[in-house]
Amino acid sequence: MCVWARRTVALLVGLVTAMDASADWTVNLRPGATGISHDIFGLHMAILWICVAIGVVVFGVMFYAIVAHRKSRGHKPARFHENTTVEVLWTLIPSIILVIMVVPATATLMDIYDTSGADLDIRITGYQWKWRYQYVDDDFGYFSNLVTPQDQIHNRQTKNEHYLLEVDNPLVLPVGRKIRFLVTSNDVIHSWWVPDLGVKKDAIPGYINETWTRIDKPGLYRGQCAELCGKNHGFMPVVVKAVPAPEYAAWVSDQKAAAEQERLLTEKDWTLEELVARGEQVYQTTCAACHQPDGSGAPPAFPALNGSPVATGDANGHIEVVLNGRQGTAMQAFGKQLSEVDLAAVITYERNAWGNHTGDKVTPQDIVAYRKQHSSP
Amino acid sequence: MSTVAQSHTEGYGHGPARGITRWLLTTNHKDIGTMYLVFSFTMFLLGGSMAMVIRAELFQPGLQIVQPEFFNQMTTMHGLIMVFGAVMPAFVGLANWMIPLMIGAPDMALPRMNNWSFWLLPCAFLILVSTLFMEGGAPNFGWTFYAPLSTTYGPPSTTFFIFAIHIMGISSIMGAINVIATILNLRAPGMTLMKMPLFVWTWLITAFLLLAVMPVLAGVVTMMLMDINFGTSFFDASGGGDPVLFQHVFWFFGHPEVYIMILPAFGAVSHIIPAFSRKPLFGYHSMVYAVVAIALLSFIVWAHHMFTVGVPLTGQIFFMYATMLIAVPTGVKVFNWVATMFRGSLTFEAPMLFAVAFVILFSIGGFSGLMLAIAPSDFQYHDTYFVVAHFHYVLVPGAIFGIFASAYFWLPKWTGHMYDEVLAKTHFWLSFIGMNMAFFPMHFLGLAGMPRRIPDYALQFADFNRVSSIGAFTFGATQLLFLFIVIKCVRGGAPAPAKPWEGAEGLEWTVPSPAPYHTFSTPPEVR
Amino acid sequence: MAVHQTYYVPAQSKWPIIATVGLGLTLFGVASILVQGRQGNSTTVPWAVFFAGALIMAYMLFGWFGNVIREGRAGLYSPQMDRTFRWGMSWFIFSEVMFFAAFFGALFYVRTFAVPWLGGEGDRGSSAMLWDGFRATWPLLENPDPARYPGPREVIGPWGLPLVNTLLLVSSSVTVTIAHHALKSGHRGRVKAWLGATILLGLGFITLQAFEYHHAYTELDLTLHSGIYGTTFFMLTGFHGAHVTLGSLMLIIMLVRVFRGHFTTEHHFAFEAASWYWHFVDVVWLGLFVFVYIL
Repeated sequence: MCVWARRTVALLVGLVTAMDASADWTVNLRPGATGISHDIFGLHMAILWICVAIGVVVFGVMFYAIVAHRKSRGHKPARFHENTTVEVLWTLIPSIILVIMVVPATATLMDIYDTSGADLDIRITGYQWKWRYQYVDDDFGYFSNLVTPQDQIHNRQTKNEHYLLEVDNPLVLPVGRKIRFLVTSNDVIHSWWVPDLGVKKDAIPGYINETWTRIDKPGLYRGQCAELCGKNHGFMPVVVKAVPAPEYAAWVSDQKAAAEQERLLTEKDWTLEELVARGEQVYQTTCAACHQPDGSGAPPAFPALNGSPVATGDANGHIEVVLNGRQGTAMQAFGKQLSEVDLAAVITYERNAWGNHTGDKVTPQDIVAYRKQHSSP
Repeated sequence: MSTVAQSHTEGYGHGPARGITRWLLTTNHKDIGTMYLVFSFTMFLLGGSMAMVIRAELFQPGLQIVQPEFFNQMTTMHGLIMVFGAVMPAFVGLANWMIPLMIGAPDMALPRMNNWSFWLLPCAFLILVSTLFMEGGAPNFGWTFYAPLSTTYGPPSTTFFIFAIHIMGISSIMGAINVIATILNLRAPGMTLMKMPLFVWTWLITAFLLLAVMPVLAGVVTMMLMDINFGTSFFDASGGGDPVLFQHVFWFFGHPEVYIMILPAFGAVSHIIPAFSRKPLFGYHSMVYAVVAIALLSFIVWAHHMFTVGVPLTGQIFFMYATMLIAVPTGVKVFNWVATMFRGSLTFEAPMLFAVAFVILFSIGGFSGLMLAIAPSDFQYHDTYFVVAHFHYVLVPGAIFGIFASAYFWLPKWTGHMYDEVLAKTHFWLSFIGMNMAFFPMHFLGLAGMPRRIPDYALQFADFNRVSSIGAFTFGATQLLFLFIVIKCVRGGAPAPAKPWEGAEGLEWTVPSPAPYHTFSTPPEVR
Repeated sequence: MAVHQTYYVPAQSKWPIIATVGLGLTLFGVASILVQGRQGNSTTVPWAVFFAGALIMAYMLFGWFGNVIREGRAGLYSPQMDRTFRWGMSWFIFSEVMFFAAFFGALFYVRTFAVPWLGGEGDRGSSAMLWDGFRATWPLLENPDPARYPGPREVIGPWGLPLVNTLLLVSSSVTVTIAHHALKSGHRGRVKAWLGATILLGLGFITLQAFEYHHAYTELDLTLHSGIYGTTFFMLTGFHGAHVTLGSLMLIIMLVRVFRGHFTTEHHFAFEAASWYWHFVDVVWLGLFVFVYIL
């Protein structure tokens, strides 16, 4: 009772404050932060005003008739019902307006399609339900997950300012450079969209779509997946962090160093506690959306992990499922998505959390060994 | 047009059978029309209640009423039920009732097949709705069911969904064949093609569209069936297929499909506006040509639904131009309706209110359609609430208001009673306000960046979503009033004369109200 | 417009509702068989539902068409009714053409766009970087992911069985036309002979097609599962084969009716409808022969 009351109050307070914080009645597109997004904004406004003008004229005439030509005012009907001249006119005039509209639209479209001469290639891969960014030229990459806590989503906590639009690792890009995106997907169709960049491109599994951007000013630009991709389609935001070129260069070298660090971690001797602690973090970002934070799952599609035969049985069986997924189910192959350290940590965590007290420790070396053993000769 | 020298209304000497067999075994176009309309309204309420679930969940940010999986099932089923269960059957119902009356035919050309076309629909929807109770839930991949979300990643019930679509397709194809045979073969002597009422014209063209695209829909779901159950790789790149192939085939069906849902409404409105303007329709010939042009163009614009999938540049430009062209014949129709009203003698009974709202609000949907046709801008609009606003503006005040206008216009003919005008006007104004409140803010939401088909959203979208939900609840509740009005009208009311509307023209007004069970057993002569 | 006789409007009929129940049960049964089978459950009940539905459908077809035939022979149908049947059959065949168009469209799309893109050509050619070592060829013998979709060892060349099948179907189109002329001129003996010949040619086609499928599955590893070539090959030829089977059934029923003394030199639309359908499957086959086998 007390808990419920507290929750309700929290919910109400949360709602009210949320409303106040974000009383937002935006009604139009934003011009955005790139040349393309400005061009699109211009096209949008032009066609909008053309439509408004046509609407005012046509419905002006209609409303005049509605007011002036009422039977109740004693208006007698005319009998005309054909006039070739006006018919031709109101076929031709819209056609001319369309031709005028087509010219800038075609120019912008050709610009959008011109991916040549890029300074930097980024491969973007959609996953259910996260994005992976690979810096093709610099040979590193990472996943970008939603970090909004489940408690905020389920109204048990006040929602923060960037509710559902915040990620752990944003895509970091330099300003002023032409960046080519190679967009693809690992499972179903997603769509990578950042309104302020004027970029939206579908991620098609098995195919690569190209698009590009050149960001004018530094900043954080937020967007979302724009193609229904299953259960958590609403929960895979895109965040782009545009930084000045020197800062970008520094960041790239940091990333390369971190990748090296990661390789060293694989060698290290991990204790059970360390693995469980790291595994819990990995679990919450990667697994909890389906298997739930408490491991209870959502059967039948997403089985429970607490007490499950996989998580309490033979460790190799567990490693197999996590690394290679289950064909024909929603369980993906995480072997290519997570590092050996994270794989080991999350498996260890699952074997020792929520009443799964196997006491097993799966180390990064175990994963490496498993891979060697099971790779094709 | 259609001046009638004589009208024979003597029956076959037998009226309707008694009891349930009247409906199960009937071959009468009026009975079948009634069944279609009742079925359609039932589906409208079912699909509508799913919309209410969607709007309730979206009333505020956060997940409160349903979980995302169920939310996706609701959006999918709402779309499928409204498109295939509510709008299309309503127009087939109107066609069944009115086409034989308008062209002076004794019945539809193939009456038994007509009954089969109808009964297949409840069968198909029984299967479709039953998927909600199956393991893994109902289809959850949107009414456009893009592969591979609907194939490799679809729930087990997808196979049932595919067969439900097949049955609907069979029903539509037989219905379309019936309409074409009736119109081409059963017109009263003297009624040449260019003397046909516009509702008949628009239905003739709609029937051709149905015949051309329903088999393509059957084809695409068959490919899904094969990919799911027989190991083929139509939509799987690792076997040399392409998920985008699905979208091309689907939208080759899908775009003409949206005209299937609007052309008959064009036809009906082209009767109602002249009737209440007491003035003949302006530009009959150009109206016919415009509908033909729209129908032909609808076959070469499908990829405008796919501007972001990576269609090559030349394709992109072609589809952008072709799509923009549609604005021309559509504009001609709107101008003609306005010109019909101009210098008429206007009154505003419920059918006219709905028809005028149709013209204005459908045009708003047309304008946003033109904006969506500009491919670069579409990169910002695509798959956002701007699109949701657009197609609800063409479908709700377009198709649905067209259906309401037709229903009020012809209810006196069907029932022999006048409906309650005050209640009907209330129904109109509440629908009008609710609908605009529900769908107009969606334009803003889309432009501000809210994707469609999401169960939860960022905080800056909260305010307009709340407004939209309140509007949707208003609109939804108002439709119960329509049910009440129709029941009241069927049960009694002021007796309707053969021609209850001063300015109405056409053969259907030459028979008594209610229309006798059998009409035009001997065709009338049209001069 | 022609002089109007009374247009025949049938009284109540039980067939539509029986047909609905039959079709509904059949398809629900098929769907259940597939879904339960995939989940490894027993499919006894689904099969029972399917057979019940199929039996009802068979009963309905005999009953409904029997009804129409009796009405036709009783002279209830005016020339106007005859025109309705003609419009109906023509537009039904048109809808079938569009059904095939969807599959032909899929074939053209994968050949001109999808497969070249995957191999690195054209506007989406960068897709090739996802498929190391894949080469775009047609017929596609090695798929982008050969582990998932093992490609066929070989495909069926056009100049063996397919050519024979082409000759069979084309000549059957000729024989059915000869039978039609014989019917119009009242030579019923010749109708029986030529119609019988048509049916034999059709059955011969189906037999050879079955033989070809057996060969493909057992010796060439060309199956539904061998990637997009097998997919389009079996989809198009299989769908066509199903139509040939249906067409042959129609012709067999026409032959039975000829033996029973149905049809006059003037009134024999059922026969014409069946022959239209037969010409239609013939034309589709020519498209298949060119686009699936030769090119």
